[in-house]
Amino acid sequence: MPADGGIGAPMKRREDIRFLTGTGRYTDDLNRPGQAYVHFLRSNVAHGRLKSVNTEEAAKMPGVVRIFTGADFEGVGSIPCGWQVTDKHGQPMQEPAHPVLAQGKVRHVGDPIAAVVAETPDQARDAAEAIEVDIEDLPAVVDMKKAVEEGAPKVHDDLTSNLCYDWGFVEENKAAVDEAFEKAAHVTRLELKNNRLVANPMEPRVAIGDYDPAGDNSTLYTTSQNPHVIRLLMGAFVLGIPEHKLRVVAPDVGGGFGTKIFHYAEEAFCTFAAKQLKRPVKWTSSRSEAFMSDAHGRDHVTTIELALDGDNNFTALRTETFANMGAYLSTFAPSVPTWLHGTLMAGNYKTPLIYVNVKAVFTNTVPVDAYRGAGRPEATYQLERVIDKAARELGVDPIDLRRQNFVTEFPYATPVAVEYDTGDYNATMDKLSEIADLSGFEARLAESKKNGKLRGLGVNCYIEACGIAPSNLVGQLGARAGLYESATVRVNATGGLTVMTGSHSHGQGHETAFPQVIAEMIGIDPSMVEIVHGDTANTPMGMGTYGSRSLAVGGSAMVRATEKIINKAKKIAAHLLEASEGDIELKDGAFSVAGTDKSVAWGDVTLAAYVPHNYPLEEIEPGLEETAFYDPANFTYPAGAYACEVEVDPETGKVTIERFAAADDFGNVVNPMIVEGQVHGGLAQGIGQALLEGCAYDEDGQLLTGSYMDYAMPRADDVPYYDVDHSCQTPCTHNPLGVKGCGEAGAIGSPPAVVNAVVDALQRAGKDVTHIDMPLSPSRVWAAMNQ
Amino acid sequence: MTNVTMTINGRSVSGTVEGRTLLSSFIREQAGLTGTHVGCDTAQCGACTLHVNGESVKSCNMFALEADGAEVTTIEGMANDDGSLSTIQQAFQDHHGLQCGFCTPGMVMTAAALLKENPTPTEEEVRGYLSGNLCRCTGYHNIVKAIMAASGQDVSRIAAE
Repeated sequence: MPADGGIGAPMKRREDIRFLTGTGRYTDDLNRPGQAYVHFLRSNVAHGRLKSVNTEEAAKMPGVVRIFTGADFEGVGSIPCGWQVTDKHGQPMQEPAHPVLAQGKVRHVGDPIAAVVAETPDQARDAAEAIEVDIEDLPAVVDMKKAVEEGAPKVHDDLTSNLCYDWGFVEENKAAVDEAFEKAAHVTRLELKNNRLVANPMEPRVAIGDYDPAGDNSTLYTTSQNPHVIRLLMGAFVLGIPEHKLRVVAPDVGGGFGTKIFHYAEEAFCTFAAKQLKRPVKWTSSRSEAFMSDAHGRDHVTTIELALDGDNNFTALRTETFANMGAYLSTFAPSVPTWLHGTLMAGNYKTPLIYVNVKAVFTNTVPVDAYRGAGRPEATYQLERVIDKAARELGVDPIDLRRQNFVTEFPYATPVAVEYDTGDYNATMDKLSEIADLSGFEARLAESKKNGKLRGLGVNCYIEACGIAPSNLVGQLGARAGLYESATVRVNATGGLTVMTGSHSHGQGHETAFPQVIAEMIGIDPSMVEIVHGDTANTPMGMGTYGSRSLAVGGSAMVRATEKIINKAKKIAAHLLEASEGDIELKDGAFSVAGTDKSVAWGDVTLAAYVPHNYPLEEIEPGLEETAFYDPANFTYPAGAYACEVEVDPETGKVTIERFAAADDFGNVVNPMIVEGQVHGGLAQGIGQALLEGCAYDEDGQLLTGSYMDYAMPRADDVPYYDVDHSCQTPCTHNPLGVKGCGEAGAIGSPPAVVNAVVDALQRAGKDVTHIDMPLSPSRVWAAMNQ
Repeated sequence: MTNVTMTINGRSVSGTVEGRTLLSSFIREQAGLTGTHVGCDTAQCGACTLHVNGESVKSCNMFALEADGAEVTTIEGMANDDGSLSTIQQAFQDHHGLQCGFCTPGMVMTAAALLKENPTPTEEEVRGYLSGNLCRCTGYHNIVKAIMAASGQDVSRIAAE
């Protein structure tokens, strides 16, 4: 093993050098010769019939190349949805068309109506202002429950209603669950909202379409987490360009958090327009556009009920959720409130009977899709809040109630269709107790009281399903894609390795962590390994980065490809050493014959592969390059326990996070520095959801939070230093690295800890408050205290 | 259209701009320095922070014309003369103070301005000074830690990495 660069080493990131010196290459940093710029004219009303779009005057404006409207996209495909959910009656979900530019109707503020291509960005914007649009306003549906009432205005005229699907899971268990509730000694019920969020990666989206008439080849440069997925969706379903004629490049990408998974209309537009105009077309989103065109996240309204027996054992769980789809189905939207949410409702607990009902609803709002955690934060939040409420109703310690109901034996098949392979929830709770110094809480409480502040402690657990996903399973559940990952390991003649992966790094540090794995396997310095990602032209077909999958699935593909490399290299070494292949050992970058002092260096073997003068050509081919596709056997199940301590100002209702501790079990860890950074970032997003962030529409569907002046992002002075720990490690049993994934945990586990803490603070102060909906702004907390 | 000339990282750069051309656009498009990033359109995110005549400025909030004749420093001008990372840049790498890297140039420029004004800030002062710079990846923990370290303060006892 390399002394300081293998698995487990907190290696500093090599990619940092370019980011710290301003030499990163983000999509907006790229410019193609002769490029034009597009500006989208977007709807300023939530719902309306397009009566006319007059571009005559605008087309005469300086620098205008061409103006496109919906009519130019007749015959072009619809932006596709990648997941079909089947409802509780066995019927497929309602799936509306999603045109690149609006046709007939506009359905949310921000829906693109026309696109002006001009010589400069300013000229395109100026001309867009000169377009005359006549829209007949229609009543908007914003509230989900009203949207599914009889007679509600329909977002899509050709659908039977605004209900996308009514999903029951597991429908066959419903009667047994209802019966358990009738027999329960205690039932705790909670109605709550999981607030709508905007992902807000700091880099706004960008797309550049390019076209080479000589070869009839199209290229799209885009801010994507999964360039191969975009190539397939856009090429096959929207524009009709086969993969071998379409290249998608996602260079350095400035954060994603899910919102850069999806295929967006602007990508299709730029690729289409570049071919039409035979010149490159570039679009750079402003932040204001991002708020009204990036897919949003969360937005669930839930009623959850927990049944307990006389000994406080959980006996059943029942939920009803309304999930907002927005105006169109974004790429993976239908899967988020169903298979990424319902399957996690068991949490860390051995509740034997569970029934989950989800009604997905179309509204005149921006489409909603996966955002960091995607379904799992919504599951965790409602479950951990209802358990906390139950503990308070029963007068028992919230931690004891959780421990009593923990799953303790593995593998464990939940009643919601997944099997946890491994875990130790008591261990992470023990570790949390230590790092959060829970025994010191009373002293800190007294200190807060002395300062006139209310102090509260909130604790919760979480579990998530990561390493997405076994293809045969998700196929049965409606996925229209496989969810394997790929790697090509190319060993160069002088021994260095170039590794092409379908995973994509947009902050996760793959260029540093992935070489650590390969360096460990071969026994070489990680600087000998280069990671190539983000370009369909030079990476194997892969599904990209989301769902905490890159190391668990992409890393496993890399391991499998490297194993093939090592097997072949051993054959070459055996030939060079005139020994039997079975006697060859690889250690510290050298092949040796077991029990002898005969050895040959890694570099000599790789050179022999490409200069095969002394080589068993009759047995094996020259060269040393292997590809592997890895399809996981199961999800991975990271889990942990989190604790939050807050102070509430009784005068203003302002909440401050005083301490936050996270004890996670991610299985084996390759680079602990990167893992901790992932947790920190997730915690800030979860704390942001709990205290600050909330995307708001008025009743007419106007977006009220359209900029950073209105949408409260967590800032450096809103959050504390975090205490994080990942020393509890139950390695995943079914992937070769024993890793589980760490990217989403912080965002999944933290919101309930914050809300539990605030409710605790208020109850300790004698307030009759059992719940406050997120975000816990000073006004909401003050109102709850003074109701 | 008006001619402007400014010194950027020690190099004189001239160009022709409209009255509405932002300094951030001039730096990225005419000077070709793409390390300065634009993350919002309301001067809230701080990704475009650079130094004009030694003062920290959000370059999306200043017209290029206003910087005519000015001395401008961008992230590309922050490394040591031999090309090695400056103390602040090195601290960001050492303490994992960046992930996707998009906010990083603005963070480094803001940190440099802070440490010039206040060479040994408290944690609270660092957090307060950074409140005009958004980061969505790091949760700020390691950025604050890096800046404290760059100021020469011992960060080894800061809560669990």
